[in-house]
Amino acid sequence: MSDKEPLFSAKNRKLLKNPLSSDNPITVQVLGICSALAVTAKLEPAVVMSLSVMAVTAFANVIISLLRNTIPSRIRIIVQLVVVAALVIVVDQVLKAFAYEVSKQLSVFVGLIITNCIIMGRLEAFALGNKPWPAFLDGIGNGAGYGVILIIVAFFRELLGSGAIYGFQVVPKAFYDMGYQNNGLIILPPMALITVGIIIWVQRSRDKSLIESN
Amino acid sequence: MNTQSNTYTFLYASIMVVLVAAVLSFAALQLKPRQTRNIEIEKKQDILKAVNIASTPENAEELYNQFIVQSFTVNANGDITSEDKNATFAVDLKIENKKKLEERKLPVFIFKKEGIGEKMIIPIRGRGMWGPIWGFVSMEPDGKTIYGATFGNKGETPGLGAEISKPEFQKPFSGKQIFDETGKFTSLALVKGGGAVGHPHEFDAVSGGTVTSKGLEAMLRENLSSYEMYLKSSK
Repeated sequence: MSDKEPLFSAKNRKLLKNPLSSDNPITVQVLGICSALAVTAKLEPAVVMSLSVMAVTAFANVIISLLRNTIPSRIRIIVQLVVVAALVIVVDQVLKAFAYEVSKQLSVFVGLIITNCIIMGRLEAFALGNKPWPAFLDGIGNGAGYGVILIIVAFFRELLGSGAIYGFQVVPKAFYDMGYQNNGLIILPPMALITVGIIIWVQRSRDKSLIESN
Repeated sequence: MNTQSNTYTFLYASIMVVLVAAVLSFAALQLKPRQTRNIEIEKKQDILKAVNIASTPENAEELYNQFIVQSFTVNANGDITSEDKNATFAVDLKIENKKKLEERKLPVFIFKKEGIGEKMIIPIRGRGMWGPIWGFVSMEPDGKTIYGATFGNKGETPGLGAEISKPEFQKPFSGKQIFDETGKFTSLALVKGGGAVGHPHEFDAVSGGTVTSKGLEAMLRENLSSYEMYLKSSK
């Protein structure tokens, strides 16, 4: 760990890239499923939720990493929770001020970012033992890994469920006149779980190293 | 320094809590004006929704100023107590509903648009299952027929109680009567299974949202009854 390590060394790039694929928090570690099901009926809330989670994981990682040598180990979980909770409240307030409509759609789920296992998981597993810069990259990477899945799921749910992408109608009216109907089922949370399941299936059939041997 | 000692742990926790509290209060104070404005715009959109005028956060202000020609507060006897537009808009029903009937300030918003005519819009507020529910009811100038209604909720169960905020639930309120033929105040009664289609004094409950529906019924009765004298005098 020399100080001269370049900012984007191979190791650091891995911190960013792995959570997007072979170490994805949702599809591989299966964390943060609850909010992934709840906010993915439309793309817009999914994007805002992804950005919020990314901001919280990144900054919480940096703060905990900066404090890592001072935190008394007996209250380290409490310290982590306070940092995460404070960041989430700030995100919630900012959304209420600048993206009021979206904040209403996300309702309780912004507050529930506190309980998102991805964040506490990264703080315990990474930030407590690493320097701020890698911790920051790790936070961004995991936030993005979470976001990518949310956006893929929301894309299919909005397209099939509402015939739109990011609020713009893409299925032409002529289709509806010919008898095409939006699939109401896919708006419901169970179909989000099935969509996540299909993503996991596709990912594992392409990357055999993810399949557990038993 | 021994980071495991009790003194250190206590000091660490105390300083952290004070720091975090300071940061959060600062953020809250900085963002407050914008948040208040968003809430005001939402209220204006809700008022317009009660007369079936759709608006976006961007044009709500403009439409509101254009169509809400008059706003004033009345007392329980139906006399106008204040014609200050801003004061009427700022009336908080949460506080008013706790006061005695004689002391309440009852806001009325007058809507006027060519082709639709003049309507009175009355704000209402009550309790649902998990938290407050509120809404706006617009009345025909005769003071007894409902023209439109919109309801909001803070935390009713999605799919059950929260259905009161859906257009499908709100639409049938149009045309209902809150006074019977003899001129007695009846409000609207909750009926499971819908009652007769177009029945003037009844509305359909939400399946699985019994507590919310009952709260809505009580909200309509309590709030509209305080306007009884005013509505009668406007005939």
